Amino acid sequence: MNRVVVTGLGCITPIGNTIEDFRSSLFIGATGIAPFPPYPEAPGPTQGLRFTQTAAVKNFDPADHLASGILAATDRTAHFAIVAARQAVQQSGFLDHHDKDHIAIIVGCACAGRQSEETETIKLYARDARVHPLTVTRTMASAGASHISIDLGITGPVLNISTACSSATHAIGQAFHMVRHGLVSAAITGGHEAPLTFGFLRAWDSMRVVSPTQCQPFAANRDGMTLGEGGAMFVIETLESALARNATIYAEIVGFGMSADAHHITQPAPDGAANAMRKALKDANASPEDVTYINAHGTGTQANDATEAAAIHQLFGPRGSQIPISSTKSLHGHSIGATGAIEALATIIALHEQQLPANAGVTEVDPTLNLDVILNTPRQSNQKIALSNSLAFGGLNAVLALRHFS
Amino acid sequence: MEDIAKRSIEIIAKAKSIPENTITLDSTFDQLNVDSLDKINISFEVEEAFGIEIPDEALGSIKTVGDMVDGVQKLVAAKPSIPTP
Repeated sequence: MNRVVVTGLGCITPIGNTIEDFRSSLFIGATGIAPFPPYPEAPGPTQGLRFTQTAAVKNFDPADHLASGILAATDRTAHFAIVAARQAVQQSGFLDHHDKDHIAIIVGCACAGRQSEETETIKLYARDARVHPLTVTRTMASAGASHISIDLGITGPVLNISTACSSATHAIGQAFHMVRHGLVSAAITGGHEAPLTFGFLRAWDSMRVVSPTQCQPFAANRDGMTLGEGGAMFVIETLESALARNATIYAEIVGFGMSADAHHITQPAPDGAANAMRKALKDANASPEDVTYINAHGTGTQANDATEAAAIHQLFGPRGSQIPISSTKSLHGHSIGATGAIEALATIIALHEQQLPANAGVTEVDPTLNLDVILNTPRQSNQKIALSNSLAFGGLNAVLALRHFS
Repeated sequence: MEDIAKRSIEIIAKAKSIPENTITLDSTFDQLNVDSLDKINISFEVEEAFGIEIPDEALGSIKTVGDMVDGVQKLVAAKPSIPTP
């Protein structure tokens, strides 16, 4: 089996459109959550919503990066995918060292071309207007994966994975296993999502899980999640190929675990999350004692955070209250199919720099959770293995085990 | 004709993110780097702007901006007039 390392990073996120900016916001604790501008199609000053904030990507003009024909044929979600992948590839410099037929592209995207779908649907149903002829290409969930392939001339296996909030983590896990088992020698993997349409916000509002204030994971007074958008991409390859070309190695992916709660479409169950973490550690040939940081799914909802804490205690026993943990969602929001990739990025940077990001925006941790939540400032720490958890609606759990590489 | 040409050039300029003064009636779509996706997009915007439908067979034969403007003019002229009360 091959050892698998991360050699390229790229991102377009609410807290930075370059790795440098993302890193800076991550450790400063500068949140990307802000009031969203009015939706012109929405009625009234409250927009009919109980919340006023999202985590949107700022200062990103796809026309700065993409040809007009590609722009016309794509949704915002694919723009994030293409540009983040280019960054990762450029940083890695791996393309010239691998057969393009032996590189995979495995990405997560759950909401597809939501903005295009909604725009055209409004025109159709409200005005019986014609639908744009590129609506199909704009709304395909796999469009981001395809465009990365077209953009870079990669002809190996290309897949999009849609498992709600675990999509990107499942994607990275699949890519990891493909490289580890030699199906390909390298992969571009991650996730992308641009779901912040008015219809999407209303749908989530109706579920009453969105915070009327701001996402505060693990806080005593947490009151829900904050929706976001963005994308993060990685180049992963065999350790052998990375060393041979003297590439910078940001972290090693050592394990991946997945499970299903088989319980409820929205209510999580601790057994499933604990099982996914256990499997990730088994896959890594590591023990719970090796875990030195957990980047939590930590949505800031009552149900998720309590269940995730229970799962941690179930797996780690008394050590569960001593492992440093943070959720970075109070910075970049919850970007559904992309969020696992953005959190994996935070985890990889944390491992690389031996510095753990704080759980921003929280002053008082819920004492009933009994967790060592990193507050206020980043924590310096000798790192061994970090877990990055994704726990999706529908009980689909995916956990990556990543190791500091020295 | 002038209005149709002006509006058509505006649409192409917007779709290609290029200045209008770089486009003339003699410009070929190849010169403007209009690819197949651009062509679909521009055709749709032109159809929307003038309330016409460009036949499939015509799309393939349009090589220059002037070709497009001529075709649009014919389709606009062929539109049934709205009866006045």
